[in-house]
Amino acid sequence: MPNAINIALIPLLPLAGFLLLGLFGKKVFKNSAGIIGTLILLISAGLAIYTAYGYFFDYGKVNDVYQKLIPLKYTWLEFSKDVSIDMGIILDPISAMMIVVVTFVSLMVHVYSLGYMKDEERYSTYYAYLSLFTFSMLGLVLSSNIFQIYIFWELVGVSSFLLIGFYYDRPSAVAASKKAFIVTRFADLGFLIGILVLSFYSGTLDFNTLIQKLTSPESSELKTAVASSFLGVSALTWGLALVFIGGAGKSAMFPLHIWLPDAMEGPTPVSALIHAATMVVAGVYLVARLFPVFALSAPDALSIVANVGAISALFAAIIACTQTDIKRVLAYSTMSQIGYMMFALGVSKYGGEDGLGYTASMFHLFTHAMFKALLFLGAGAVIHYVHSNDMKDMGGLRKHLPITHITFLLACLSIAGFPLLAGFFSKEEILLAAYQHNAIIYWIALITSGLTAFYMFRLYFSIFWNSPSPRGESRGEVHGEHHGEGGAAMMLPLLLLAVGAVFAGYIPFGHFVSSDGKALESEFHLSFSIAPVALGLIGILTAMWLYKNENEKPAKLAASLSGLYKSAYHKFYIDELYLFITKKVLFNLVARPAAWFDKTVVDGLVNFTGNTTQDISERIKSVQSGKVQQYAIYFLVSAVALALLFIYVWK
Amino acid sequence: MTQPGLYHLLFISAALFFIGVYGFLTRRNLITMLMSVELILNSVNLNFIAFNKYLWPHRLDGVFFTVFVIAIAAAEAAVAIAIIINLYRSHQSIDVENAEELKY
Amino acid sequence: MNLLLLIGLPLLTAVGVLLSRNTQQVRSIAFAGSALQLVLAIALIYLFQKERAAGVAAQMLFEQNYALFPSLNINFHIGVDGISVAMILLTALVVVAGVLVSWRVEKMTKEFYFLLILLAMGAYGFFISLDLFVLFFFLEIAVIPKYLLIGTWGSGKKEYSANKLALMLMAGSSLVIVGILGMYFGNGEHKSFDIIQLAQAGISPAVQKLFFPFLFVGFGIFTALFPFHTWVPDGHSSAPTAGSMFLAGISMKLGGYGCLRVATYLMPQGAQEYSSWIIVLSSIAILYGAFATMMQRDLKYMNAYSSISHCGFVLLGIGMLTKTAITGAVMQMVSHGLMTALFFAVIGIIYERTHTRQINEMGGLLKVMPFTMTVLFIAGLCSLGLPGFSGFVAEMTVFMGSWQNADAFHRIATVIACMSIVVTAVYILRAIGQVAMGPIKETYTRLSDASWNEKLAAAILIIGIVAIGVAPFWLNDLIKPGAEIIMNKISGK
Repeated sequence: MPNAINIALIPLLPLAGFLLLGLFGKKVFKNSAGIIGTLILLISAGLAIYTAYGYFFDYGKVNDVYQKLIPLKYTWLEFSKDVSIDMGIILDPISAMMIVVVTFVSLMVHVYSLGYMKDEERYSTYYAYLSLFTFSMLGLVLSSNIFQIYIFWELVGVSSFLLIGFYYDRPSAVAASKKAFIVTRFADLGFLIGILVLSFYSGTLDFNTLIQKLTSPESSELKTAVASSFLGVSALTWGLALVFIGGAGKSAMFPLHIWLPDAMEGPTPVSALIHAATMVVAGVYLVARLFPVFALSAPDALSIVANVGAISALFAAIIACTQTDIKRVLAYSTMSQIGYMMFALGVSKYGGEDGLGYTASMFHLFTHAMFKALLFLGAGAVIHYVHSNDMKDMGGLRKHLPITHITFLLACLSIAGFPLLAGFFSKEEILLAAYQHNAIIYWIALITSGLTAFYMFRLYFSIFWNSPSPRGESRGEVHGEHHGEGGAAMMLPLLLLAVGAVFAGYIPFGHFVSSDGKALESEFHLSFSIAPVALGLIGILTAMWLYKNENEKPAKLAASLSGLYKSAYHKFYIDELYLFITKKVLFNLVARPAAWFDKTVVDGLVNFTGNTTQDISERIKSVQSGKVQQYAIYFLVSAVALALLFIYVWK
Repeated sequence: MTQPGLYHLLFISAALFFIGVYGFLTRRNLITMLMSVELILNSVNLNFIAFNKYLWPHRLDGVFFTVFVIAIAAAEAAVAIAIIINLYRSHQSIDVENAEELKY
Repeated sequence: MNLLLLIGLPLLTAVGVLLSRNTQQVRSIAFAGSALQLVLAIALIYLFQKERAAGVAAQMLFEQNYALFPSLNINFHIGVDGISVAMILLTALVVVAGVLVSWRVEKMTKEFYFLLILLAMGAYGFFISLDLFVLFFFLEIAVIPKYLLIGTWGSGKKEYSANKLALMLMAGSSLVIVGILGMYFGNGEHKSFDIIQLAQAGISPAVQKLFFPFLFVGFGIFTALFPFHTWVPDGHSSAPTAGSMFLAGISMKLGGYGCLRVATYLMPQGAQEYSSWIIVLSSIAILYGAFATMMQRDLKYMNAYSSISHCGFVLLGIGMLTKTAITGAVMQMVSHGLMTALFFAVIGIIYERTHTRQINEMGGLLKVMPFTMTVLFIAGLCSLGLPGFSGFVAEMTVFMGSWQNADAFHRIATVIACMSIVVTAVYILRAIGQVAMGPIKETYTRLSDASWNEKLAAAILIIGIVAIGVAPFWLNDLIKPGAEIIMNKISGK
């Protein structure tokens, strides 16, 4: 049986690390913060792997079905007898897989940062934030309660905010961190209301009970949830769609993706950890967590997931082809790949062969974490060397950065779906799932995979081939002698992740992770793979033809496609649209009038009351003249008036 | 020669009263105002006496009241004059127009 | 535990402050007194829970009852339930922190501390009294020092603000006394001010319908009920730091507590009758307050407007009339009290060094004042409802409770309230981004960080916030039985 304490320690150790480094880091651990953080995470990763191993190979399976175990549950906040927020641990195939991914990538990033961040002034703070993030992310994946997941959801959001804004004296970093937080917060509003809807109809917040109550056909909760409708859509569909908005915000799905490219203002290792491998897949994870409800009870909500995922995948791939900031290219590529995972879930059904999409999605999540983290860390090494994010400042770096070059190439091949690398297997599965259930999405996915190969190799050739930019060269001269590729701390994670990016695909994933817990044999169809591989190769060759050597072709191509190129370069003006809505509409048409209304009307009324009182008293002040004789007249007249009143009126 | 009746006395008392009121309201000199007040009080006294004599000749309530009023008037005059003297000391005048501090 | 201690100790402290000879003594006495009070408050929680655990089921614990005016049936009746205990803890925490941040007040220190402690005494008395007359008496004690605090030690247009605050709160008090007298005389033959007796006897529906608005609006003014909230921004921004902390942390809670304990508990039918009005007004306050906050340029104004928005949750929770929502309302009172006190403390610390409160004039202070800015982050994150801090727990409890009403009206109101969490994030991050982050201004490079007393004050409040945020169950267990009694009254059990 699982050892609850061991599992609880996986997230709690990084929390302890955060508290230790956060409270005493500045003074006590100024130089050792990195080592401490890394060691703590090493233990955590060890425990995670031990737990996952135990779950998958020892106690997780009962009658050939992987169980959802709850080794620990503690009531945190009780609303009523059934409805309470619990702090618990859920152990099922996806959470076991995720803790391994999170701790492994996080460990790689910790190690990498030992080299990358060593000269930073706020070194210990950086590691404290990293630990906070790791804690929150692990808490998120282990959550057994939908409100618990929301709690950690917010916490990963804030750690992301802190890390994006790590270089807090750069206005662009501040703006990006705010944007990331606010956009995801906006999405979380949907999530929150979704939770309220789901909890109201299911009468529970606990995942297992909730799923059970909302999927078993005879449960009365399901019947009411389906029967009650709002605007012609059933309450359950509303609830799940709202929850999905939360997931879409965190996973940067169209149209809530605008924060992700800007989030690249954070330190590069952070981008690798948070904005590529772990946090951004939280949305996918959330949908997967509630997958039975989506698939069995609210197929409409699931088709939203599929469509949003497909649109995001294509949309981001097109933009990625035009960007020149290497981290932004990677960010759009991340968005595109998460779109893949989303629509894979969206086209999937529950159980058996039809659940292939679910398995494929999780598989792709797993492999993507490897090669995307590798790409980001590689990009980090490049940036470290060139001191610039812009492709224009790079070129011909393959001689200067040999290890980075090789690992980067492997990652690019992997993401492009080159046969026999990790990305190939997971992508094939996704395409197969799409092919079986939804033709339109299949074609979108196919085109996207060609585009992916193209923009990844555009990136690769621009950085490592092409002709060296004078600027990059001179920078390399100045700094190159000192650190070269950045030392063992930076190279070790690259190599380890490269191993993952190459071999992760050989794991028989369907045996472990499937929609209903039963093993799923994934078949490999050679004929099916021809189209995507061919498209991938075309993409690579086009990129090679355009970018391997410096030439006029890219500019000419851009000019010939000027309309499309320009709007893609400007990210289809989504940012401007948001800016318009927030700045112009919300600020000027809501907030400003509200403040004005408060100052003039509401406050004006109060002041008006005060002023009127003062006015009246000003006017009747002259009665109080201080002249005794005038008073005597008042007295006399009133006495006579009163006498008359008493005599004639009130007899 | 006929005895003066109740109405004669009441007429005199009313006349005295209004003379007193007129004086109190128009004079600026505090002493004169004080004298006017005395006139008003005396008109009241006259009323008491008159009603006592003509309506309840066998009782003495009216006379008692008159005695009280005279006594209090004397005390009041003493207090008033004290105030007037103090006013004179501070304002160098006993004109009511100059003493407007009551409004503050 | 003898509840008289809770009033006696501040009284003693106040007298001690008056008798002391120099500033140093004033500070030490005030600090010692308030620290002791905090110990008392914590001991009270412990003893209270011990009694409850021992199975004492009485509605109020530690009751005492002395006749004050037997002929009018006015009694000095005191006692506590879980809700009052929570509020007492809040008061004690805010008072200690307030005393600590006022360490540097040089102008008429003795009088300043005297008024602070007096105000605290009023609040303690208010929270423990079970007799409406005594309750009103303490309410007034808690109002008057504020006028002096703002008028004498304030900044900006302090006279205007002090007048406005005192007049509006007095207007509230007058409505409250009308309501109280209405209940007193409306109770038939047996005239009584006693909360417990009144609750048992039950007030006739006609009287409830007539006087509920008086009491609710009267107390509502204290807790920034829209549209009677305009004393809040001016009052808070003109007050000295500790004054703002007390105002937002304690005074506004008097209103919320009154709305709950007096208005809703004693007049349940009235509450049902008017609940839709309460909900409409409080949802307006929540969202409208949040939007108005976005446009503020002054840190104190910003926090004051955000208080309007946050106190809207208290009234919303009460108006929703479910057990969970009422529990959430009380939690929100405690949480908002601590959080906003912390916020004002930080603003005070910043203002003392930069001599400005304009958000636009600051920048990059994280570099020179790491501690203060971390506290600002924490206060801000608590304000925007980040899990791990108290604000999240309270708001979520209110939302969960509100959602239990299944009709469209309540749903829409809840969704409106939920929307404020986004707007809150916008203005909080905007302020933090401008004040703490960004490039540092040349003039600010030599600023010093918080001093020991300020650090201690912040730490005390943060401990409170985190204790609720990380382990909300103790507060929940404390408040829930009290909320349940009120709820039973409403549902007529």
